Amino acid sequence: MSLFPNMAVGPTVRAVHDEFHGDLLEVSMGPQHPSTHGVFRMVVTLDGEQIVKLKPVFGYLHRNHEKIAESTSYLGSMPYTDRLDYLCSMSTNWAYALAVEKLSGQAVPDRAQYLRIVMAELTRLVNHSCLVGFLFNDLGTSFTPLLYAFREREKILDLFESLSGSRMMCNYQRFGGCRVDPSPEWLAAAQALVDNFPRFLDEYETMLTGNEIMLARTQGVGRLDPAHAVNAGLTGPVLRACGVDYDLRKVDGYGFYPRFDFRVPLGAHGDTYDRYMMRILEMRESVKILQQAFRDLPAGPVMDPKAKLRGFRPKAGEAYGRLEGPKGELGFYLISDGSPNPWRYRVRPPSLINLTLLEEMCLGHTVADAVVILGSIDIVLGEVDR
Amino acid sequence: MSEPNPTSAAGLPSEALAKEGNISAAEREDLRRHGILLTSLEELYGWGRSNSIWPLQFGLACCAIEMIAAATARFDIARFGAEIFRPSPRQADLMIVSGTVTKKMAPQVVRLWNQMPEPKYCIAMGACAISGGPFKQGYNVLKGIDRFIPVDIYIPGCPPRPEALLHGLTQLQEKIRSEKISGPQAARHLQPDAASEFPVPDYGAHDLQPPSNPDIFTAPVLPRKA
Repeated sequence: MSLFPNMAVGPTVRAVHDEFHGDLLEVSMGPQHPSTHGVFRMVVTLDGEQIVKLKPVFGYLHRNHEKIAESTSYLGSMPYTDRLDYLCSMSTNWAYALAVEKLSGQAVPDRAQYLRIVMAELTRLVNHSCLVGFLFNDLGTSFTPLLYAFREREKILDLFESLSGSRMMCNYQRFGGCRVDPSPEWLAAAQALVDNFPRFLDEYETMLTGNEIMLARTQGVGRLDPAHAVNAGLTGPVLRACGVDYDLRKVDGYGFYPRFDFRVPLGAHGDTYDRYMMRILEMRESVKILQQAFRDLPAGPVMDPKAKLRGFRPKAGEAYGRLEGPKGELGFYLISDGSPNPWRYRVRPPSLINLTLLEEMCLGHTVADAVVILGSIDIVLGEVDR
Repeated sequence: MSEPNPTSAAGLPSEALAKEGNISAAEREDLRRHGILLTSLEELYGWGRSNSIWPLQFGLACCAIEMIAAATARFDIARFGAEIFRPSPRQADLMIVSGTVTKKMAPQVVRLWNQMPEPKYCIAMGACAISGGPFKQGYNVLKGIDRFIPVDIYIPGCPPRPEALLHGLTQLQEKIRSEKISGPQAARHLQPDAASEFPVPDYGAHDLQPPSNPDIFTAPVLPRKA
């Protein structure tokens, strides 16, 4: 605490005198605050109710993921990646597996490629539906949309659990494939879930999309300009809501995504409402991808027989593997010196980089809007602080 | 007269009353069938408190998502009277430490605990809150919140399932019901000398200062075979 006396969590409200603006008020929101999605802190300077300055403070969940990974074997880091973005363990696993496969030149069988897409898109459904629930919590609905979202989440988590043994921390991907092959019953259950998912989306949208309060609170709030967003390195639905067509599933075409027919929804205004709609539309596209994956899923092994998991030592070199996670570009950068542990292990967390423009989005709005804007960016503190 | 519901107020554990020698549990049960409820102030007090625990709405990491899941429709923590998550520590009875406590966060957690009014309870949810869990080797991770605040219930898991949280909650309810209201065995909040606030550690340059509270925490000694 003594390092930053101004940031001490003492009295949370104190007046700042400024000769041009009169009295400003500095409010510290967080790290214990119901709307900060974890242990995030915003130091907000207010002129009346308008935000004139916002300073994000993070690091309250810095649990040394990268440093621990440098003293762990490559495979040993896989369970840690589950806990990085704890809402979407399957896609985080895949991003790490991609990086290691790039490093070692490991091939992946076709069936595993399809299964990875199935898991990643199911994860996207979980993440986006929960995010919309949390966003509405921030808007003041007090839990109701979240109950609907968690109802669907539980169904998907049941599938994950029956496949991998764990609800949230699936630890499912491996270098060179997937850990277990789903049974035909599992696939039938997943197919049924996906077929029913649009009904949930329709229900959700009937309830939320045209809601008058929702429109008044989100349209034109937290507007972001596309050039600014690109310069700051924003990715994911937050960037696409500004109208920038950048989706790694199309740009990189990693995995078997080029074989799938889907569209990338784009926003026009870059405001909170567009960011909300991005999530709804992406879920509809995910359903399409999933249905194609179930239709085309080939038979065969789920692990490359030549893949080596224990005593895995890639050659010296470096690799950057990235994918379009539900929150944006999620990348792992690895440097190997030929030993069983990575020499350097670096995560590119989309949540953290999307947070960099929080102040720009919030300036001129009220505190209540800042809460909603933060909710629409979709952060997970495990990933922000690592 | 219809039979009273066996799970009603008087159906609570009656060992405490039976031990006093005034009336046996069987006699009490007999009376209850005739619509006469007998209880003691202590039991009534414990029963009321145990069924209206208000947790602090306070999520730290992954376990917080499971805590939210426990509050939603499938697991429905409201069945146990603990659905009112209060964002303010002043209104909360129970702190669920749900996730990794880092050294940067630990002073805030202790401060929140100090701000909660008595009677208050603490659940350490998940491996990280118990011992640091998978992140134990991290330089910034506190190796268990029981170094600074007294923990009533430990729930293992990474993360624990919502059912495990509910089990922990029912265990806490048992504990609250068995608390005495007077005498040397009285509950902590009824003892005038028992500590309610604990010193907040300082986020020092290298570690928390002090690294643990010696009044409530002693490092376990592991005997090694020669």
